[in-house]
Amino acid sequence: MTSLPEKTGKKLGLVIDLDTCVGCHACVVNCKEWNTSNYGAPLSDMDAYGSNPVGTFLNRVHSYEVTPDTGLAQTVHFPKSCLHCEDAPCVTVCPTGASYKRVEDGIVLVNEDDCMGCGLCAWACPYGARELDQLAGVMKKCTLCVDRIYNDNIPEEDRVPACVRTCPAGARHFGDFADPDSPVSRLTAERGGMELMPEQGTKPVNRYLPPRQKDASLSEIKALGGDIEEPKGLLAWLDKALEAI
Amino acid sequence: MHPAPSVIVFTALSGLGFGLLAWLGIGRPDVAGAAAFGLYFLGYALAVGGLTASAFHLANPRNAPKAFSQWRTSWLSREAVLAVAALLAVAPYAFGRIFLGGAPGWLGFVGAVLSLATVFTTSMIYTQLKTIPRWHHPLTPVLFLGYAIGGGALIAGQATPAAFLLAATGVAQIAAWVIGDGLFARAGHTRETATGLGRIGKVRQLESPHSGSNYLLKEMAYSVGRKHAEKLRVIGTALAFLLPLLILLGTPFGPLWAGLSVACHLVGVFVVRWLFFAEAKHVVSLYYAG
Repeated sequence: MTSLPEKTGKKLGLVIDLDTCVGCHACVVNCKEWNTSNYGAPLSDMDAYGSNPVGTFLNRVHSYEVTPDTGLAQTVHFPKSCLHCEDAPCVTVCPTGASYKRVEDGIVLVNEDDCMGCGLCAWACPYGARELDQLAGVMKKCTLCVDRIYNDNIPEEDRVPACVRTCPAGARHFGDFADPDSPVSRLTAERGGMELMPEQGTKPVNRYLPPRQKDASLSEIKALGGDIEEPKGLLAWLDKALEAI
Repeated sequence: MHPAPSVIVFTALSGLGFGLLAWLGIGRPDVAGAAAFGLYFLGYALAVGGLTASAFHLANPRNAPKAFSQWRTSWLSREAVLAVAALLAVAPYAFGRIFLGGAPGWLGFVGAVLSLATVFTTSMIYTQLKTIPRWHHPLTPVLFLGYAIGGGALIAGQATPAAFLLAATGVAQIAAWVIGDGLFARAGHTRETATGLGRIGKVRQLESPHSGSNYLLKEMAYSVGRKHAEKLRVIGTALAFLLPLLILLGTPFGPLWAGLSVACHLVGVFVVRWLFFAEAKHVVSLYYAG
């Protein structure tokens, strides 16, 4: 049944540090690499070498510009994947029982053997975390690399999601949010980790750390091409002479 | 939302079919023999034809039989279960009417209730989605039921109820457009809440996350419909409601005029249903430009 568990043993998820992310898309590439060759159907590309390539990805990096009321605008790179919501609307809408949330660790998964590709779960997700694979005809989504994190056949340091393992900036952290002393819980508490679109009531597990406050001096820098200092001495004479020509 | 033809055909035809079967179930019109066969054939053709069209929307239809399993949580599953239940319940009553000259009234009533319940579950597939504020409103099931019962009355030749129901549904449709235009803003979703960056300032997309398109953009970021929305609303209202009403009120209501009013209404329903999808804005569009 696609009913949600009342409580999950662990609450596994990601902390994504928007202050640290440099927007290199390495997580996107490593996610695609791992998940196209392991759990479930491959993440297909259509017209991969043609003029209009389209493909399935479980993780995308958006880039935004944020402009405060006063001071300079800043760029924020914004990786987005499944947030493994506690109240996941994608699970309850599923008519076939393919979508489910695991009782033991809270990971939201799709059993591809049951999926009929109706796409309703993707409509129910506010975050665009699910993409229907155009070749396999089944719904794909982030598995939190369920085939890595419990995998005894790979070195211990690799038993984290592929996106976390590959991030060169250390902007992604994986852990258990049910444990208040876990590194992800502490990071969330210390840095004011936030939910995306909380008004949707999905109770996402993943948290985003907001960009840190910029140095005040930075916002005082005057834009280039603004005020030009009045020249003095020889330069003042040159200035006047050139004006006169 | 992308207005997929299969889903427009599905909701429009199956709604009309189940609406007609509901009228037949309460014995209006009170037909038997060949006349009953004709009307039941039409009802089944519309309902089953619509349901078949919905299968074309599936990317992996071989798993479709599993859609009967999750009725406890999923409106789509409930719709599948009720649609089959309604079609099965109507069959013995139709058989009695066609071949035995009559059937017990309670049996017809059960079929009628199940038929309308099916239309209600169809509407709830869309109404339940908080991600599409325009649909997430009580007027959505009201409209689906209104189109089914009103259009069903028109096909069943019930001129007086059809006139009242079409007028009422038309008013509800206009109300749904007027109210619906403000629902996204009222739901309070913005690019700032979507990214959580509103605490710093105003957010705009600097660069797209991918150079090509993707499933999300194809499925949920459809904006062509919004460009012609005003014109299509007028055309849809005229075809689905005004012209059939004029025919109902201003002509000697015979088979020819009835057929014309049904044809008008059906084309109008297709236009309005196209708009239902094309005008609906999904909150995921906040993560993209626009």
